[in-house]
Amino acid sequence: MDLLRLGVRKFHSTPSCNHIIKMSRLRVVDNSAIGKEAMAEGRPPKVIHVYTKTGVGTIGDKVLMAIKGEKKKGILVGVKKHQPANIPKFDTNNVVLIDDSGTPLGTRIHAPVPHLLRTILKERTIAKKCDYSKLIAIAPRFV
Amino acid sequence: MLLRNIIQRSLTKVRVNVQLQLERRNATVASPVTLDENVVRPEAKELSKSDQKFNSLQQRFVYPEFLPNPTLEWRNPIREKLERIDMMRRRSQVDLPEFYVGSILAVTSSTQHAVSKQTRFLGICIKREGCGLRASFVLRNVIDHIGIEIRYFLYDPKILKLDVIKLEKRLDDELYYLRDALPEYSTFPEDMEPEILPDGMPIPINTTKVVMKPRPWYARWERTHFQGINRELMMTHVSEKMKMQIPLHEKPWEKYDLMKQYRSTIPEEEQKDIFAEVDSELHKLELLRKKQKRKRAFVKPLKSS
Repeated sequence: MDLLRLGVRKFHSTPSCNHIIKMSRLRVVDNSAIGKEAMAEGRPPKVIHVYTKTGVGTIGDKVLMAIKGEKKKGILVGVKKHQPANIPKFDTNNVVLIDDSGTPLGTRIHAPVPHLLRTILKERTIAKKCDYSKLIAIAPRFV
Repeated sequence: MLLRNIIQRSLTKVRVNVQLQLERRNATVASPVTLDENVVRPEAKELSKSDQKFNSLQQRFVYPEFLPNPTLEWRNPIREKLERIDMMRRRSQVDLPEFYVGSILAVTSSTQHAVSKQTRFLGICIKREGCGLRASFVLRNVIDHIGIEIRYFLYDPKILKLDVIKLEKRLDDELYYLRDALPEYSTFPEDMEPEILPDGMPIPINTTKVVMKPRPWYARWERTHFQGINRELMMTHVSEKMKMQIPLHEKPWEKYDLMKQYRSTIPEEEQKDIFAEVDSELHKLELLRKKQKRKRAFVKPLKSS
């Protein structure tokens, strides 16, 4: 058993994929009180669920996060993950906190947001259920 | 006997390649090409500098995407030729100027996602790769304190305009280390004024040595030999164990590996054939663009008040 354990390599030989999965840490880029506090404390939110079939999140996907002992939902607005041509790849995994109806908790976003997000969120908006138009409206800058 | 012949032939090719490589190093200092007989002749001296640029040995730096991928299994002369025709067609539609890794570019491209159906991104070119129609480049900029990178395909029909804001070279072939350098080295204002390099001037080389952020890094930069990193300051972030591992990963024999060089380059004769095909058209296009630029410069004089 010990020999087997010795045989297991304890280092990575490939670069990380930067996938957003459960337990990933994100960066809150809006000015909601809870998000600001969590970032200032140095305890950024941790993903506890990704609402996709693959379990890997990318631009526009909804995630459930543990933030300051609470469960909050958020929309990914910029990811580190490798992106196809013409789509921006960010240096950090950015998230905007939302409530269950899709309205952002904050009133301002500090980071640029990809143009693609506009289309994705428009598709995912369901009348009277979740409305993401406010999130798009408070985005300051598109790249 | 046959084997010896084959070996001799391949060795001569390798020698040509090594010459090319050496010359590539010299070319960054903009020395005149001495390999080509045409340049040595006295009448060639009377040629203007723009004409000298249309020398097939220089063109491999200006238009690297015209050279196919040297991997033997992937070579296909017919496909390469067809791609070259398509590339020239695209070039007749949009101005794709000369640029290098380290130049600052602004790309205006059309997207269905934007309200105005257009977007512009300005940044430093940190990587150029791919051959033929698949040639691409990566731009990097820091906007609102967040680093952003976008990859563009050079021959993408979505590209409406490619502006070279600052034409210059860096000390390295790729600048991925800017991701782990201080943000000031990849921050460029969106409304940067284009700097026009006088005609016939050699491309300036930016010798900035970037200062790295503390670890964790995207790659093990201490094991690389990039000239553009301030090595002394970088080593302050590196642990003793990592320093001890550096010599274990060095490959000093690689610069003597002639076969490796041969396999990763296109032989000179082939390069000449390829550029002979597209030479006249490229030259025509360049002259046309120059004329248009002069016209535009004349129509719009700068207001001074």
